[in-house]
Order: sequence, then C-alpha cells, then structure tokens
Amino acid sequence: MTDSRPMDVPIIRLGDVLVTGLINELDDKAATAFAEELTERIAAERAKGVLIDISRLEIIDSFVARTLTELSTMARLLGARVIVAGMRPPVAITLAELGLQLAGVETALNAEQGMVALGWRHAPRPPEGGNRRETLG
Amino acid sequence: MLPGPRKGGIDVKLSGERTTAAPTVPPATAGSDAPRGGDTPVTHPVRNDEDLITVRHAVRAATVEVGFGLVDQTRVVTAASELARNAYIHGGGGTVTIEFPRQAGRRGIRLIVHDDGPGIPDVEVALTDGFTTGAGLGHGLGGARRLMHEFEVRTEAGKGTTIRATRWTTQ
Repeated sequence: MTDSRPMDVPIIRLGDVLVTGLINELDDKAATAFAEELTERIAAERAKGVLIDISRLEIIDSFVARTLTELSTMARLLGARVIVAGMRPPVAITLAELGLQLAGVETALNAEQGMVALGWRHAPRPPEGGNRRETLG
Repeated sequence: MLPGPRKGGIDVKLSGERTTAAPTVPPATAGSDAPRGGDTPVTHPVRNDEDLITVRHAVRAATVEVGFGLVDQTRVVTAASELARNAYIHGGGGTVTIEFPRQAGRRGIRLIVHDDGPGIPDVEVALTDGFTTGAGLGHGLGGARRLMHEFEVRTEAGKGTTIRATRWTTQ
C-alpha cells in the first residue's frame, strides 16, 4: 500500500465491455495512471463500453470527480460509453453538497444495472429438460 | 514494534489515552492552537498524496470516535481530503491537525490545515466555485466550506494559510 508504484487496478474484458473498479486506497498518482491505462485499453481492445464500479469508494473528492469526468470524456471520444456504477448514498449526498454534478458521467445504481445498460443481459434459461447445473443466480 | 506511522494507514486511537504516533509532527504552527476538549489533538503531515490517504484514515477514525453518522463521516473526510490536497499542491506541504472540540453538550471535529505556502491572494475569489489554479475542479475550498459548520481561513502573502473547519454532531 505504501509502494511508490501505483497499485494495479484490474481491468477485465467481457466481450466489448471493459469492467473495472476504483478502490478506496487509490491515491492521486494511481488514479491518473489508471485513467491512462483504461484509455489505452479502450483503444487497444476496441471496447464499446466501460463499467467502472465505485461501490468501494468511501469518498469522492474533487480530484476523483475530475478523474471520472475526464475519463468519461476521453472514452466517449474513443467511441466507448462509460457507466459509473454503485455510488454509495453518502457519497452522492456529499458530492451534491460539494457542488459536483459529475456532468457528462453516466451512472447506474449498481454494477448489474450498469452492465444491463451496456447491453448485457441475464443468461437465458437453460432449455427445458436439458441438463442444468443448479447454481445460484 | 513501534506504533509506527505509515504502512497501511495508521490506526489512531483517538480517545483520551495517548494516541499512537502522530507521524513525525512538525510542531509549531498547528500545535499552538490549544486543544479544546479532553481529547488529544493529533497532527499529521501532508507532503504528498500518500499522506493524504493517511489523513483520510485518521479523520475517518476520528469521526467514528466522535459518533458521526455515515453521511457526516463522509462529509468530514471529503472536506479533509480537499483541504489537505490544497495544502500540498498549493501550499507545498503542510499539516492537518484533528481536534475534538465540545460545545453545549455536542461533540465535534475540527480540522486545522496549515501550510507555509504563498498564501491565498483573494480568499473570497478562492471560495468561489469554479475557481482553480491547479488540478482540481475548483470546488475544493468552497465545497469544503459547505461540508462543514464553521470555516475560517487565515492567510497572508508569503506566510502560508491556516484553515480551521469544524463540524458538530447533531445533538
């Protein structure tokens, strides 16, 4: 956590969507590095959508807000749609009071709804009579 | 093991007993403000964005200790993050002192953020939303003021800036 190198934030590709998430311990340098890496990945993998889960972020201050706003703009310029998902209610209240609207940043209540907005659906039910594995979800 | 600072965010016990390592306290300045409550104030350096994370942890722990709810915790930690960032970006580094004032049966958190930077030429302008000279969105100072109940800026050209920001519990 105190390494000077920014910690790696995993970016996973699901079809044409990149899925990633911000963590609480991200410092400013790491946030900037993350934005750059994500932008490069969008271009390299021709992503059409990006889901950024922020459900673990305990605060969003003006720096993180700026990072998210710029990231959304950069992604849009590269032809990808960004959805920021899972903002905690106290964070939303605080952001509004700070006067930060995250203009131009598309949001979703949680990662699942964000994925749906990006065109992902629940897996279809297995065919009747077919052998299915009973797993949750 | 020394009750060491850094490494994974410090766990500062902010009740009456002696607190763990206020990490390398540059004394003077902030220390001259006398503690108000029975709780010992703790001073943290802010010189870079790793310190900023340490400060956030400490302020979060302090708000929990004082009994703030989740929304108030978030307000105070966010304000601390804005002010501490200002101190190292514009002020070239400084300190954040956490105090535990009491007033009329209420408890509170007071953040005293000091830097020895160039000072803020026009505080009123700096408090305006959209004003920025740096990497933020220009909501830092004015936004932090809205998140706190009391907010006082003392600044002088060449002599740095001290901001005192207090939030009280609701009862």
